[in-house]
Amino acid sequence: MTNKVIGTGSAKSRAGSRLKDYAGLLPFLAFTGLFLIYPTLSVLIGAFLDPKGKWDLSAIRNLFSDPVTKNAFANSMQISFTTAISGAILGGLFAWALVSGKKEGFFYRFSVALSSVLAQFGGVMLTFAFLATFGFNGLVSGYAVKHFPNSFLSNSSWLYELNGLSVVYTFFQIPLMVIVFLPTIQNLRPQWREASDSLGGGMLEFWLRIGIPVLTPSFAGAALLLFVNSFSAYATAQTLVNVSSLLTPLQIGAALTSEVGGANPSEAKALSLLMVAVVTVAMFLYSLLRKKVSKWESTR
Amino acid sequence: MKRTWKVKTWRLFIITVVGLYLILPLYSMFDFSTKPFTYFEKGRTLSAWKMIPKQPDLAISLIRSLTMAAIVMALILVVIVPTIVWIELRLPKLRRPMELLCLIPLAIPAIVIVVGIAPIYRWLSINVTESPIALAWVYAVLILPYTYRSLAASLAANDIHTLAEAAQTLGSSVPRMMAGIIMPTLRTGILNGSFIAIALVLGEFTISNILNYKTFQVVIAQIGRTNGNVAVAVSLASILLVLAILLIIPNSKRQKEVLDVDVA
Repeated sequence: MTNKVIGTGSAKSRAGSRLKDYAGLLPFLAFTGLFLIYPTLSVLIGAFLDPKGKWDLSAIRNLFSDPVTKNAFANSMQISFTTAISGAILGGLFAWALVSGKKEGFFYRFSVALSSVLAQFGGVMLTFAFLATFGFNGLVSGYAVKHFPNSFLSNSSWLYELNGLSVVYTFFQIPLMVIVFLPTIQNLRPQWREASDSLGGGMLEFWLRIGIPVLTPSFAGAALLLFVNSFSAYATAQTLVNVSSLLTPLQIGAALTSEVGGANPSEAKALSLLMVAVVTVAMFLYSLLRKKVSKWESTR
Repeated sequence: MKRTWKVKTWRLFIITVVGLYLILPLYSMFDFSTKPFTYFEKGRTLSAWKMIPKQPDLAISLIRSLTMAAIVMALILVVIVPTIVWIELRLPKLRRPMELLCLIPLAIPAIVIVVGIAPIYRWLSINVTESPIALAWVYAVLILPYTYRSLAASLAANDIHTLAEAAQTLGSSVPRMMAGIIMPTLRTGILNGSFIAIALVLGEFTISNILNYKTFQVVIAQIGRTNGNVAVAVSLASILLVLAILLIIPNSKRQKEVLDVDVA
C-alpha cells in the first residue's frame, strides 16, 4: 500500500524521504546486527576456521570421528525423540480432557495457567522439583526405601541417567504440548461429532475416521516443536547431571567454560553448527506442516 | 448417554494420570522445603521459608532480573515495535526479510547464541561494564520471535495505514503519530510481548550461567549447592507467584492471545 501523504512532490525530495525511510531502520539494525547477526555468523563461519582464522575443516571432521561427540549426539537425539513422543501423547490427551470439560471453568483456567508457568520454568527449578521427588531423601524415594526397598525407586541413581532425564524432560514437554495443542483441539467442531453420531458412528469410528486424520498434521507439528525444545534444552541437564559427555548442549557448555585444558571455541562452534542444522531441518518440516494446517483451518 | 459416560471416565483417567505427573513434583517441593534440617527440629518446620529473605544474593539478583525485564520491555517499545510498524508503513518490501530476521532466534538454541556472543560480552565486561544488566540486549534478541508474532497479529487486525494517513493529514508529526495513535492501537500485541519478556528474563539460565553473570536463576542454582531446602522453597515460591499472577489476570481474551503467540 502506498502512502499518499508522504512521497508526493519532486523526484528529488522523494528520493530524500526514501533515504530517511531507510534511516529509520538504523537503531534496530545496529542492535540486531551486534547481538543476533554477528554471533550467528561467527558460529556458522567459525566452525570452518581454526583459532587463528584460517580455513580449517578439522573441527567439523572431528564431529564425525570423535566417539564422545557421536555418543552425546545420539543421546541428544534419543532423549528429544522419546520426550517429544511421550510429551505429545500425554499433553495431547490432557488438552483433549480439558476441552471436553467445562470451558472457562476454574479447572480449565487453572490448568492453562499452570501449563504456561511450567512450560516456561524449566531448568533450575525443575531440577529441584525432581530432586525433592526422586532424589536422595525425596518424597517418593523416601517412601520407596521404607516400603519397596528392592524397587529401582529406592535408589536415586536412575534419575541422573538418560532415562531419568527423559522423565524430567517430559515434565516440561507436557505443559508445552497442552499450550500448543489446545487451540487446535478446540477447532474440532461439535457438529462433526453430531454428524458422525447421527450417521451411526461410535466413539472409535469418530476418532479413527475424523478426529485423528484432522488432528494429525498439527499433532506432528507440535511434536516437532517439542523435539526442538528438548534438543536445545541445557539448563535442566546442566543442573541435574552436569556430565558433559551426556548430551550435545552440555558438551558445548563444557567446551566454552572448561577450566581444565582451556576453552575450545572451535569445537564449540562445530558442535553448534550441528545443532543449528538439526533445529533448522525440524523447523522447516514444522513450517511445511503449519501450511497444511492453515489450509485446513482456512476452509473451516 | 453411553457416550457421555465413556467420555467422562476417560477424561477422569487422563486428568488423574497427567495431573499426578505434574502435581507430584510440586507437592514434593512443598514437602521437602518443610522438612527439618537441623537435629533440634522435629516434624514440620518453616525455617527454610524463613531463610529466604536472608539469602545474600537473592534479592539483588531478583531486582537485577526485573530491571533487565524492564529494559527489554523498553527496547520492545522504543526500538522493536516502531521498526516493525515503520516497515509496515513505509518499506513494505522489507516485510518478508524482517520476518525472517525476527524468527532467526527460533532456529538458534540459546546454548549456540552463547557461543557466538561470548566474545562480545568478554569485550563489554573489559571495556564498558561488568554489570549483568548488559544481558538485556541478548534477552531482547531472544524475545524477537514472540514480539514479532504477537505484533503481526495485532497489525493484521488493525488498519494502521488509514490511521497513519489520517494522523498526517491532520498535521501530526511522525513521533506523535507513532506514540499517540499507532502504539495504543496495537497495545494487546505489545502487552503480550512484554508479558513473555518478564517470563523469559526471570527464567533464563543458560546464557547468564555460561557468561558467569549472577541472574535470578543462577543464584537459585548457587543456593541449591549449599542449602537444598532453601533453594526448593525459593523455586516453589516463584512458581506459585507467577501462577497467582496468571490466575489473577482474568481476561480470557488476553490469555487466549498469549496462547496464540506460542502456537504460531
